[in-house]
Amino acid sequence: MTWTWFHRLGSPPHVYRLARRLTPWFSWSAAVLILAALYGGLVLAPPDYQQGEGFRMIYVHAPTAWMSLMVYTTMACAAAVGLVWRMKVAHAAAAACAPIGASFTFAALVTGSLYGEPMWGTWWEWDPRLTSELILFFLYLGYMGLRGAIEDTQRADRTSAVLAVVGVVNVPIIHYSVTWWNSLHQAPSVMRLGKPTLAGAMLWPLLTMLLGFTLLFVALLLVRLRAEILARERNASWLQEELAA
Amino acid sequence: MREFFDMGGYAAFVWPAYAVTFAVVILNVFWARRALAQALAAARRRAAGGGGAP
Repeated sequence: MTWTWFHRLGSPPHVYRLARRLTPWFSWSAAVLILAALYGGLVLAPPDYQQGEGFRMIYVHAPTAWMSLMVYTTMACAAAVGLVWRMKVAHAAAAACAPIGASFTFAALVTGSLYGEPMWGTWWEWDPRLTSELILFFLYLGYMGLRGAIEDTQRADRTSAVLAVVGVVNVPIIHYSVTWWNSLHQAPSVMRLGKPTLAGAMLWPLLTMLLGFTLLFVALLLVRLRAEILARERNASWLQEELAA
Repeated sequence: MREFFDMGGYAAFVWPAYAVTFAVVILNVFWARRALAQALAAARRRAAGGGGAP
């Protein structure tokens, strides 16, 4: 097996150009999937027999919660690659993930609160799932604060990468919190071993929304990655060419 | 239509949840594009300044 593709992913000009080329594909497919899922979730899916029309909140709550975990995992992997192989592009990718992840974690917490009030009768509870998700939000903020506090980009990259990698232990804790402890929160209905517990007409809009949000994340990451690469490349000849074009 | 917006009595929860989520989506698109535009402008300024001081 050749490793050229991996080495090319370490080359800033290659990644910069690849990111620019791929962005429209991810953006437009994300837009189409999210709009289709909105129609499916709000109009086509039948009301739930227990939660009535209120269950439609799942189509925004589950995707934002999924983003909060998936983006953090991506960030931690990129940070680990950056630490191990001293790859500048990997550090740039990790830095690009943080604001995206933080904002979607915020959305997951707010939509969860709006979901909790009518279904459980409370906006907030210091429950394992809710508390660990709140810690995830603070991890993102801590990561960004740490980066902001260190002026030298290389040092900021390495120091914040350690925090990102250590913080990843929180991801399985969040996912399994509903199985390990007594939680108000329901057990997973899609991300589980075996068949999903949701009926087809309710399930496809959810899966479509999850995929749409994932593609949206890739598109956002590609745009932010280019910004991070630009900030790390000084006086590189490819950059001069790029800017002149 | 009235029925749709009423969401079976859950309107006060469903619509704010969708509004917050899509506000975050739109802000993310805006923030990402602004970050790239600012980085490009900074890189151009550095290039115009003879590529000197960081």
